[in-house]
Amino acid sequence: MQVSEFIRLSGCRVLTGDYEDRTIASGYTCDLLSHVMGKGQADMAWITVQAHMNVIAVAALLDFACVIIPEELPVDEAIVKKAAQEDIILLSSSMTAYELVTLLAANGVPTARKN
Amino acid sequence: MTMIKESFHVKQGDMTTAGDASARIKRQCKQLGIPASVVRRVSVGTYEAEINLVIHANGGRIDFAVEPEKITIRVVDDGPGIPDLEKAMTEGWSTASNEVRNLGFGAGMGLPNMKRNADAFDIKSEVGVGTDITMVFNI
Repeated sequence: MQVSEFIRLSGCRVLTGDYEDRTIASGYTCDLLSHVMGKGQADMAWITVQAHMNVIAVAALLDFACVIIPEELPVDEAIVKKAAQEDIILLSSSMTAYELVTLLAANGVPTARKN
Repeated sequence: MTMIKESFHVKQGDMTTAGDASARIKRQCKQLGIPASVVRRVSVGTYEAEINLVIHANGGRIDFAVEPEKITIRVVDDGPGIPDLEKAMTEGWSTASNEVRNLGFGAGMGLPNMKRNADAFDIKSEVGVGTDITMVFNI
């Protein structure tokens, strides 16, 4: 599915503003960055409660489709700015990580597999 | 023939800039048209090493060299060194602080992730002297 479609279905807010639409090829939820480094794939949607600079660095290095912060957890303006600079689509949702995962799965997005 | 040779200095303790050197190395690889799957492996290996320089060592240096057939990343620090390399290479073993763990690091995956992603991996470490890691990625 496309990021735009996911945003429409989930009601996510796009923290980083205007974005170039892209495909979500897989999904993953994890808050341990080294696990994500090990399993992350290009074009992956990553759901995490971590909202700091290193999350943006990992998402940019691995070319993720988007980063989704669940439960409207606070995100610093500096993080949003950094994400925008790196062309990372940073989303905020009122849903829990569990609800977000089920929504992705219901729309045919597979899990990220171990590389 | 070496196409690119560059060194990056990484500061100790600054988690907000951790990853900057890896990002620059990734950009250069992409500009050279290196295949995405190789760039990904270089990015993971270099980022894990850079994080280690920030959280475990007193900062350090990352040397980046691109040749037609391979990319070499060498990571050198004069930090505390690793007393037991075998343990350090074991997934799940970590000496990271609580502060660093709260950021999602310290899962004990750093060195194993480097080894897994590189085509050749070499680590030398001496307590009180420092650590010297070389990763080679075939293009």
